[in-house]
Amino acid sequence: MSRDAILGAIRRGLRRGPLPDDQKLALRARLDAHPRHLIPARSQVPRPAQVALFIANVEKEFGSVTRVPTLADVPGAIADYLAAGNLPAHFAMAPHPELMDLQWALLQPRIGRAQPSDLVCLTQAFAGIAETGTLMLPAEPTRPTTLNLLGDIALVVLRASRIVGPYEDAWNWLRARHDSTTGGFMPRNVMLVTGPSRSADIESTLELGAHGPRQLHIVLVDDDPAAIA
Amino acid sequence: MQITSPAFKSNVAEALADPHLQKALHFTRPRFPERRAAAVAALPEFETLRDIGRDIKNHTLANLDFYLEIWADNVEKSGGQVHWCATADDARAAVLAICQRVGAKTVTKGKSMISEELGINEHLEKHGIEPVETDLGEYILQIRGEGPSHIIAPAFHLNREDWEESFRKTHTDLPADRVFGERRDIMVEARTILREKFIAADVGITGANFLIAETGSSVIVTNEGNGDLTQTLPKVHIALASIEKLVPTLEDATSLLRLLARSATGQDFSVYTTFSTGARRPDDLDGPEEYHVVVIDNGRSAMIGTEFQDMLRCIRCAACMNHCPVYFTVGGHSYGWVYPGPMGSVLTPSLIGVEKAGHLPNASTFCGKCESVCPVKIPLPKLMRHWREREFERHLTPGAMRNNLAIWGWFARRPQLYRAATRVAAWGLGLLGRKRGRFSWLPFAGGWTDGRDLPAPEGDTFFARYARQQRHKS
Ligand code: SF4
Repeated sequence: MSRDAILGAIRRGLRRGPLPDDQKLALRARLDAHPRHLIPARSQVPRPAQVALFIANVEKEFGSVTRVPTLADVPGAIADYLAAGNLPAHFAMAPHPELMDLQWALLQPRIGRAQPSDLVCLTQAFAGIAETGTLMLPAEPTRPTTLNLLGDIALVVLRASRIVGPYEDAWNWLRARHDSTTGGFMPRNVMLVTGPSRSADIESTLELGAHGPRQLHIVLVDDDPAAIA
Repeated sequence: MQITSPAFKSNVAEALADPHLQKALHFTRPRFPERRAAAVAALPEFETLRDIGRDIKNHTLANLDFYLEIWADNVEKSGGQVHWCATADDARAAVLAICQRVGAKTVTKGKSMISEELGINEHLEKHGIEPVETDLGEYILQIRGEGPSHIIAPAFHLNREDWEESFRKTHTDLPADRVFGERRDIMVEARTILREKFIAADVGITGANFLIAETGSSVIVTNEGNGDLTQTLPKVHIALASIEKLVPTLEDATSLLRLLARSATGQDFSVYTTFSTGARRPDDLDGPEEYHVVVIDNGRSAMIGTEFQDMLRCIRCAACMNHCPVYFTVGGHSYGWVYPGPMGSVLTPSLIGVEKAGHLPNASTFCGKCESVCPVKIPLPKLMRHWREREFERHLTPGAMRNNLAIWGWFARRPQLYRAATRVAAWGLGLLGRKRGRFSWLPFAGGWTDGRDLPAPEGDTFFARYARQQRHKS
């Protein structure tokens, strides 16, 4: 069987049999502790600077951010963004409670996963990572993956209280989750998204909007008093 | 992929004489190093992270059997299936069996070097299943029937006209008189056509940049989003990964990810870094119903415990080739197989045999640039030298070269004579090259001077100058 053949060949190379129990225990302890390595200093700054770093990094990677004071201001910000881009008022929207509870007024969200014909998609972010301006978008029944990918325009609502410095802090939040199907914490899919889709495959020259969204716009809700400068 | 590494020399001759290729190489050459340098300069911890990256990979390799078993258990716990494949044949068969079981007609593919190594596309085609490459670069290469020339920018050797011509020839449903005003128009056409393919595909095949033991996840890193569409839309996702992609934890993967994009494209982070763990959960609204990982050895385990084990740390960032003077003179296709540049010169002989790939570790100036930029500090020049030694021991080195080495060896063991001879040579060449400071042609040295100039000695040997300086100092 290939499994035994591969493991056997590895052990022959390492000139040993299966690891003795005490060494296995030590490695299991490392897995359980999942120690952090060096965390770059750039994101280890006070809250307002962390949020500012997040925004600066999103913009550096060709995304855009609008800041609004409360969740209730989200539909207005989205309406403005769509109007400014001459975009239609209907879009696909994640069935996330944070979005479902909002008053959408003249906008027409269609709740569910994205369809290939959707021009604009709206989802909710689990976390924002200031270190590189990255969104963490874990798949959930309330956060379908297709919404991150199929639209030309990806809209994402993120609460400022969900912005962390390094990736490791966001992993820790995810570790607190429980997946009832698997008994673990990882959802089927976790996307870390940094800016809109792009390619430099044609003559090493960057073009936005390769297969995924051409624009990534984040509506940042200032729900964290400590993060407001 | 067909192997032409044994014909390295004639590949190189063709590459040097190809003005299109030389244009593309010339255009791209400065860009990669500039971008990487800027990203590295913006992260003061980068050098320390390289040590950490090396250590994480070394730790994993030293316990690879243990971590593979943990990883496989966790894949199964999360509803995925692991297919252990010792050889390329096993892997091709495993992929085909999955595709046939679900009655697949078309298969979309994210960019994967291991897929090229295994020849997955050819195998599927032979059995009546249509593979569709979806990375823009891989897509154009598939249309043109070419292999990749770079591990992260597979089609950078093509110029814009090549794209236009191939698209006109292939996309015959579109108006023949359409205009490609900008590069963007080329991309939009590919995007539109590939969208249909994504939607129609029965199976999506991706590679994996990392496997994570702790969670049983596979990770892909892309900028286009094609890998994500490939693994999200079809009913079945197959990830192909060789055994050395494994790392223990999310934290380990994260540290390596801090190195990967910076070393590769000079981005701080790639646009899409995606962790897949198992199949669609009962209440999910999208995602594949089946998740398979085909985990492949195909020659890796035989490198463990040898002087080539360090090569298994490679995270396929391409920094070594992006900084390689040889690579940017001869292009990627000259190397004759999947992996070009310095990493290929070490890896290819391990995987297909030094008899076939012996030229590659010889195609190095030993400038050391590759090692100095490698994010996991693989001593590439040293490993190339090991291959040269093995080649020499096995009498695979050509006769003329053995003779010349023997002559050099005879002189080198007689320092007096050696110095006298090099003094005469340096003086003679220095005199001849005094005007320009270099030669664009020399007798018996056409192999060198056709691709670049040979700097003329300044009339002195190293020894003479060294001795003079020592005298000055004292
Ligand atoms: S050998 Fe090092 S520099 Fe080259 S691709 Fe591998 S990790 Fe990158």
